[in-house]
Amino acid sequence: MSLDKETVKTIAFLARVRVPDDQLEGLAGELSAILGWITQLGEVDTSDVEPMTSVATIAQHHRTDVVTDGRRRDAVLANAPHAIDDYYALPKVVE
Amino acid sequence: MRASCIKENIAKMPYVIHGENRDWEVIVGLEVHAQVKSKAKLFSGAATDFGAEPNSQVSLVDAAFPGMLPVLNGFCIEQAVRTGIGLNAAINLVSVFERKNYFYADLPAGYQISQYQRPLVGEGWVNIDLACGSSKRIGIERLHVEQDAGKSLHDQHPTYTLIDLNRAGVALMEIVSRPDVRSPEEAGAYLRKLRAIVRYLDTCDGNMEQGSMRCDVNVSVRPVGDNELRTRTEIKNVNSVRFVMQAIEREAERQVEVYETGGAVRQETRLYDPTKGETRAMRAKEFAHDYRYFPDPDLLPLTLTAEYVAGIRATMAELPDQRKQRYIDDYGLSAYDAAVLTAEKEAAEYYERLADGRDPKLAANWVITNLFAVLNKQGRSIANSPISADDLGALLDLMTTNKISGRQAKEVFEAMAEGGGKPEAIVAERGLSQITDAGALEAAVDAAIAGNPKQVAQFRGGNDKILGWFVGQIMKATKGQANPGQVNALLRKKLKD
Repeated sequence: MSLDKETVKTIAFLARVRVPDDQLEGLAGELSAILGWITQLGEVDTSDVEPMTSVATIAQHHRTDVVTDGRRRDAVLANAPHAIDDYYALPKVVE
Repeated sequence: MRASCIKENIAKMPYVIHGENRDWEVIVGLEVHAQVKSKAKLFSGAATDFGAEPNSQVSLVDAAFPGMLPVLNGFCIEQAVRTGIGLNAAINLVSVFERKNYFYADLPAGYQISQYQRPLVGEGWVNIDLACGSSKRIGIERLHVEQDAGKSLHDQHPTYTLIDLNRAGVALMEIVSRPDVRSPEEAGAYLRKLRAIVRYLDTCDGNMEQGSMRCDVNVSVRPVGDNELRTRTEIKNVNSVRFVMQAIEREAERQVEVYETGGAVRQETRLYDPTKGETRAMRAKEFAHDYRYFPDPDLLPLTLTAEYVAGIRATMAELPDQRKQRYIDDYGLSAYDAAVLTAEKEAAEYYERLADGRDPKLAANWVITNLFAVLNKQGRSIANSPISADDLGALLDLMTTNKISGRQAKEVFEAMAEGGGKPEAIVAERGLSQITDAGALEAAVDAAIAGNPKQVAQFRGGNDKILGWFVGQIMKATKGQANPGQVNALLRKKLKD
């Protein structure tokens, strides 16, 4: 599988990563190589293996419905570049 | 039959938009986001209370600090399964949480944990109640569980958007209907029914004003008789039943006009502006949404057992439709009255308390005709009714035991509605009572007959209508306290003697 420059440009935009045009070609090559490497997994015969999303044989762990967290506004806002009146503040975005 | 049932034939007519040359029908599907009623969030232990101080109910998971991992709140899943059963839907024993990727300031992680290919709840249906006791089945396509985003406030500061993450991570159920809705009325009935179901089950408080139920509406139109679906638009985030109905009406009219003037409807997201009564397109995105869903590697697939689902099924609260049927079967109410009384859980509870030990039809009449009118007029919900079920019951008892007449009961009811107090007290205070003592009534009748020989002669001469005049005389003489039924019977008997 190989990616063209336009596809790489789209992926970069969706990930909000700025990629200069002169680097698109090289990135396309690198990403295609990674995909090719992963494609090798297709050579393994999995005809008698159920599809899985994890190799762990444990079930999803559930929490009980109890409030155990929150009330830590200062910690939550500590890394905010800007805060006003206990809110995160950012340049106005209006649809 | 009640007055509204005169509209029965109108209600049965399909909703049609009359264009220049042809008639159009409207096709509507609704996506409802219902906030799960739980103490803690879907993947963190922060609280979910509405109206808390900004950012006071935020865990480091909700704020997407590096390295934080989500842990599923089992109760939220139970609530969603319960709701799914209430929607007559299939519960999927394996479902998968996926990441829906997009950038927005109130979504700290850059993705929303949602379900996509394998939702928790599959296909189901609800019956909606339309005018005069008729109903219609609306298909449910799916219900999936996801987390809510934070809240952006754009109007609190001239140059900044402010973000409150209290809502971020709260569990939502997205309930997607099939495009089975054909009119604004049906859309309204569908939303009211969904709200009733989640309130009966206590899985969501169904409060559209506070945003615990939000609605996106998909609308398209097509010429009557066509089977092909045309391009639809999506109206985002409409926050009341009334506005949903208005938005559908306006948007359908707009689309008909677009087609009839030779244009084409574009698939786009629109907003409804209630003050202008119109929908308008949101600013078009340069790129189409590409959410790049993939299974969340932090969360294993959600697997449930059949026993778990059966356990929830066994502890289901009574649903609105079941309660409605019970009112029809046990109380002998009409389908219309039963639907009206069961539409709100609180109203149904009020009614049952009132009907307990009393004539259920009489109780239904008083709630629907008199109490609902007062609540409407005063803009109150039944939970804040000025008249308690017990007090209204006491009033009905005074009437059915002939202590006061039906007319006097209305008078007392009005006084109670204005905060007048207990019915017995009002009756005593106003000197209201009804003479039912046969001896006393007989004396009054005898006096009336003795004092009006001319009218007696008229009655005996065949003028039946004079009987009413006699009743009037006796009511006047007894200050309106004589039991009219008894007076009538006595008069007839004595005049004929």
